[in-house]
Amino acid sequence: MSKFSFFEIMRKALNHNEDWQRQWADPEPKKDYDIIIIGGGGHGLGTACYLAKEHGLTNIAVLEKGWIGGGNTGRNTTIIRSNYLYDESAALYDHSVRLWEGLSQDLNYNVMFSQRGVMMLAHTDHDRHSFQRHIHANRLNGIDNEWLDAGQAQDYCPALDISPAARYPVIGAALQRRGGVARHDAVAWGYARAASECGVHIIQNCEVTNITRHANGSVSGVETSRGFIGAKKIAVVAAGNTSNVMRMAGVRMPLESYPLQALVSEPLKPVIPCVIMSNSVHAYISQSDKGELVIGAGTDQYVSYSQTGSLPVISHTLEAICELFPIFRRVRMMRSWGGIVDVTPDRSPIIGETPVPGLFVNCGWGTGGFKATPGSAHVFAHHLATGTPHPVNAPFTLKRFETGRLIDEAAAAAVAH
Amino acid sequence: MLLIHCPVCGEDRPETEFTYAGEAHIARPSNPDTLSDADWAQFLFYRTNPRGIHAERWRHTHGCGRFFNALRDSVSDKFIQTYPAGTPRPATAKPENAQ
Amino acid sequence: MSDFRIPGRGMVDPGQPCTLVFDGKRYDGLAGDSVASALLANGVHLVGRSYKYHRPRGILSAGSEEPNALIAQDRGDGRFDPNSRATMQELYDGLECQSQNRFPSLAHDIGAINDLAAPLFSAGFYYKTFMWPKSAWRKLYEPVIRRMAGLGKAPDAPDPDHYSTRYHHCDVLIAGGGVAGLASALAAADSGADVVLCDEHAVWGGSLCGNQTDIIDGLSAQDWIAGTIADLQSRANVLLLPRTTCYAYYAQNYLGLCERLSDHVRHPDTTTPRQRLWQIRARRVILATGALERPLVFPGNDRPGVMLASAARICLDRYGVLVGRKIVIFAAEDSAYGTALELASVGAKVTIVDLRPETAIAPDPLHACRKADIPVLAGHVMTGTKGRLRITQASICAHQDGVFGPERHLACDAMLMAGGWTPTLHLYSQSRGKVVWDPERKIFIPGPPVQDEQSVGAARGTLGLQDTLAESFAAGLASGRAAIGGRKGRKRVIIATETAERGTGFLGAVPLPHAKIHARAFVDFQHDVTSKDIKLAVREGFHSIEHVKRYTTTGMATDQGKTSNMHGLAIAAHQLGKDIPAVGLTTFRQPYTPVTFGALVGYHQDALFDPRRKTPTHDRAVALGAVFEPVGLWLRALYFPKGTETRHQAVHRECLATRQSVGLFDASTLGKIEIVGPDAATFMELLYTNPWQKLPVGRCRYGVMLREDGFVFDDGVVARLAPNRFHVTTTTGGAPRVLAHMEDYLQTEFPHLKLRLTSTTEQWATLAINGPRARDVVAKIVDDIDVSAHALPHMAARCGHVLGGIPARLFRISFTGETGFEINVPAAYGAALWDALMLAGAEFGITPYGTETMHVLRAEKGYIITGQDTDGTVTPIDAGLGWAIGKAKRDFVGKRSLARPDIIATERRKHLVGLKTLDPMIVLQEGAQIVLDPNQPIPMTMSGHVTSAYHSPVLGRSIALALVENGHNRMGETVFIPMPDTVIRAEICSTVFYDPTGERLNG
Repeated sequence: MSKFSFFEIMRKALNHNEDWQRQWADPEPKKDYDIIIIGGGGHGLGTACYLAKEHGLTNIAVLEKGWIGGGNTGRNTTIIRSNYLYDESAALYDHSVRLWEGLSQDLNYNVMFSQRGVMMLAHTDHDRHSFQRHIHANRLNGIDNEWLDAGQAQDYCPALDISPAARYPVIGAALQRRGGVARHDAVAWGYARAASECGVHIIQNCEVTNITRHANGSVSGVETSRGFIGAKKIAVVAAGNTSNVMRMAGVRMPLESYPLQALVSEPLKPVIPCVIMSNSVHAYISQSDKGELVIGAGTDQYVSYSQTGSLPVISHTLEAICELFPIFRRVRMMRSWGGIVDVTPDRSPIIGETPVPGLFVNCGWGTGGFKATPGSAHVFAHHLATGTPHPVNAPFTLKRFETGRLIDEAAAAAVAH
Repeated sequence: MLLIHCPVCGEDRPETEFTYAGEAHIARPSNPDTLSDADWAQFLFYRTNPRGIHAERWRHTHGCGRFFNALRDSVSDKFIQTYPAGTPRPATAKPENAQ
Repeated sequence: MSDFRIPGRGMVDPGQPCTLVFDGKRYDGLAGDSVASALLANGVHLVGRSYKYHRPRGILSAGSEEPNALIAQDRGDGRFDPNSRATMQELYDGLECQSQNRFPSLAHDIGAINDLAAPLFSAGFYYKTFMWPKSAWRKLYEPVIRRMAGLGKAPDAPDPDHYSTRYHHCDVLIAGGGVAGLASALAAADSGADVVLCDEHAVWGGSLCGNQTDIIDGLSAQDWIAGTIADLQSRANVLLLPRTTCYAYYAQNYLGLCERLSDHVRHPDTTTPRQRLWQIRARRVILATGALERPLVFPGNDRPGVMLASAARICLDRYGVLVGRKIVIFAAEDSAYGTALELASVGAKVTIVDLRPETAIAPDPLHACRKADIPVLAGHVMTGTKGRLRITQASICAHQDGVFGPERHLACDAMLMAGGWTPTLHLYSQSRGKVVWDPERKIFIPGPPVQDEQSVGAARGTLGLQDTLAESFAAGLASGRAAIGGRKGRKRVIIATETAERGTGFLGAVPLPHAKIHARAFVDFQHDVTSKDIKLAVREGFHSIEHVKRYTTTGMATDQGKTSNMHGLAIAAHQLGKDIPAVGLTTFRQPYTPVTFGALVGYHQDALFDPRRKTPTHDRAVALGAVFEPVGLWLRALYFPKGTETRHQAVHRECLATRQSVGLFDASTLGKIEIVGPDAATFMELLYTNPWQKLPVGRCRYGVMLREDGFVFDDGVVARLAPNRFHVTTTTGGAPRVLAHMEDYLQTEFPHLKLRLTSTTEQWATLAINGPRARDVVAKIVDDIDVSAHALPHMAARCGHVLGGIPARLFRISFTGETGFEINVPAAYGAALWDALMLAGAEFGITPYGTETMHVLRAEKGYIITGQDTDGTVTPIDAGLGWAIGKAKRDFVGKRSLARPDIIATERRKHLVGLKTLDPMIVLQEGAQIVLDPNQPIPMTMSGHVTSAYHSPVLGRSIALALVENGHNRMGETVFIPMPDTVIRAEICSTVFYDPTGERLNG
């Protein structure tokens, strides 16, 4: 496989770009593998990549029922940040940001990680207290996050309305400069290319229909739309469908799946230089390199796998955006879509073992999984390869729902009074 | 915008009048103290979350204020039936883990 | 008269000239023109630059699928619209607009340098480069790319317009006002059903708008359409919505429509909304959304002057504009022959180059064209075009079975493409219908309906006019009858004839001689995606059509692939050697065409974004100059500055006044729930940690409520007013969720209990009077309640009257640690009570105070605020509220969760404690983190955080509350608060800083 570079682009251009090769191979499934990863999104492909690159395990297949990166990897609004409150979350997401910082070079694939800053707006005293708690905790964890007053926030994003007459005036903001966005599809493709180069099998259009187990209870393989495939270990990384895949192995999960809608505007010349999030007004926005405003908010209210979502949610999201940016009312929504997110009771992921020997799961990322892709994949690969959790994913067990040791970022930001 | 039949009001009303309230038929144990931590966690947190027919609770918040149950296809979002809280799941529908 | 205007043609009004200013130059147009048609009337084709290569681009279409002719329109006062389709923007006199994405000018654009390096900018090139050096992506490459991309500029001033929303129910909604939609509407209206018919254009008739040659029911199409509209307008059961795009189809026949009310008006009435969002629930839906003509994919197909044949036809029929004098039509199906005849009839010199062999062309139109001296070159392919800013020459060669003849050149000033018709399936697909591939006609058509819906006409692949009318009448009648369950209406039979019927057309890149295979043939005009890009994507392993789309960005421009998707799909399928359906079809996402944020927001902007809840004494606080803060939806007075006082000074004064004499506080925002019934106490026992059965009537108790997971959910004082009646208070923000939580348990877990829950938050105005002189004040305004310390001890509750007959609930409770009263009166008397208390307290210097003073006073006493001193991870034991747990109770909500292993592990739980900084003048920052060892390296082990911190005026020092790991067992220990520039030392202490014995409270 040729190395991507500007030189290579020039060289290939001379022959009308006829000489580019496949970015990842399309093998027929083997009879069995050491590890089968169910789900060809960023987390699954990344896991395969790190298993191969860091642990030398290459007898691995990634099974994808559709096309790689077609789930939440290719449907999210690509916000990346690590200014989480709790040590466990901060460690996990910052591990990820550190990997993001070198990912294009590591993969030799430009994932366009753009550290343009993530600015979270404070509208009330309660927001300010909550953000300052985050900022202090982040500082002591070695994670950048700083307080800006309203004027400084507007300096960072001049289009922002900080008028005190607003319904929820902006009184300040927390800014993580190392946060930003990336090109979501490239993450899946880049990991696929790197994993494939190491010999990992990426098998698309291969839907898992059952997880089979030995008499002793441990996993033996999967039945798929392309036949039975044996496996010593199975890793379920099927965001948006985890409950149903795990049910194949007889495992019930503390998950609910909700549609999460997002939308983009028509492309505009640069106007939003960073990511803006507002929990109180309830929306977030950034601008893609193509110029589209990328906008999202919370999930729909009911469990669903429909990927459609409903109009009131989109309307409410845009109300919030126009409240923050009254200049955008004449801008047009060009495309809207939905993804399905698996949500745990404490909104933190589950990464690790399950009650079934040989069956591992990485799920429950809710609305925030994309930012964690490299970190999640990296620690999950460690756990799969060594059989023991990486220190970073050790707290994110399934067991915590029994013991009560939850990692509840949302509750920590509880709305006051 | 879903249209939901409130079995108490007897009316089809828009989704925005209602509040979703999670999976139905998860009764609070009458004797929580006797449950193991694992069983208590099952009650608190573990959910069926099926791709298919889902038995779920709704409240007609901006209407009669009553909680009721519904069977809805979680793939098409189509409501199959709504029924009063406290009544058993109607037998007509497919099992909850139908794929 | 402009050069290309044909007198007597079109539906424009020659009596109403309109001026258009485009890129600073004035052009003459007519009322009824679009911006695009006015430009074409003046011979202007060059209107924009493409996205990547900045190639000159002309007007491609006559509709909303336009990928090239995007303009910026500035109407002044913040009314700036980027990316408007010139083909859809109706002209009004004086309309000013600019081309986009070019510098310094449309004719000379520096960005066009990209075009020279095009081989380097192949599909996905940016994934393969810009990676070195690492920091350059963010600092160099990305900013350059961002500036190059992005089309129009963003508006830079707030939009002064307003938008409206309307909800509507109808029996039959018909999307699309072409002949199919009109016929459906007629028949549906006959049945007696309520009908809504919408179309995105200002005029009706779709592709037959202004058509004078096709015959319907003995009339020209134009006259039949006019007659039908007049008929529909006369009917009370038909609502016609022109300029209204049905842009989304949701579950249960719920559709979104966007109506443009003033975009076409020169001086809109500012009281009228600019646009209106219709949300319509229809019993039946008829999709008469028509079909979009496809371009053809050949080298140089993107040059200005190259457009769709249907666009040229509409220009002539609707606008009376001829798009060129010397026109080459590149056809792959028959309908272009009708267009050729029309264009020739008004003086254009037309040549038809047909991709098909002569045998495949319908004989009648072919002969008609030959008879009209229109040369038809069958079996020819277009190999290229010339002309920098406008096409001047077309190159063609004959081809048969892969053998190509010599290239010939035709001079021309316009070229029309007739590549075939793609049914518009967006709404059908959004309704969750599954499209079906028709291999005969090489189109996707709607499959079985999933909702109560039916497609008619070109939208379901029906090609002929006669068939379209027949099926539309039938569908309209059937839908109308089905919707209302009636039998009214009649079967209509109408004869229609057309010059040339639409045909199948061609999919994919046209065949080319070997010398031309590296030339660029555009598939997606706006995004500059060529057939080579798609082939490259396939070569690199992007085999799913979704991958192809994402890798090449084909179909992701503002037109969302309306003219490009089918060609892209066909080229990918061809490259893969697969059938088209095997490669798949990308999803038809909402909206059909872009919808303004304003329309989707509707009324919910500015003051109506969220309601502002105000208390009954809000005006009194305003009059006193209070500064307010938003708390949930409420506005609460934060402090009451006097003169030039700062926040700190005002709070200092308010605190001391309350401690020394008496303060007045508006507590009306606190949630209030009335719990009444024989089982009220039993219910309270289950919902709160506290015991309630033995609480005497006339007494209050502080109650703590948990979620089932054991964490503190809400708190508040509860008064027992009768054996079966409780007056419950909640936090301000928590009132709705507490009531919902209670209702949930009452209705579903404890339905056997007999009681009622009623929200009474708005019923009562609640004023708190606190301080050593509070009793003196209250005594002056009560009628029949003995407020003496003996008769009304701390935590007593009485019902009675105040101010000469106003019913009141009076509680002797305190959130300050001073003698305190809370008086509840019906909300309408709130202001009167405030005035009376201010008057009664005047001699004591009664001081109104806000939430900030309330926070300080309660913190001095160690009273917690749920949500500030607790978050969703704190148990009552953590919060030091273990005393509020009824130990003898068998069960209450949350009890079992408190027994989980990680909840009872005391040494790891964070407990609420007091903190005193060693330097009493330092006020800690709320949210600051606490460590036990300040010298440890980062990442540090954090042991807690400061939840509340204030300067205490009465103590003359700072105080703080904090959650600290195992804090209850660390009393007296020193902890450290590392700040960015210093480390603050503090001592763990009791949470009660002031009057720990409670003498003042009980006094």
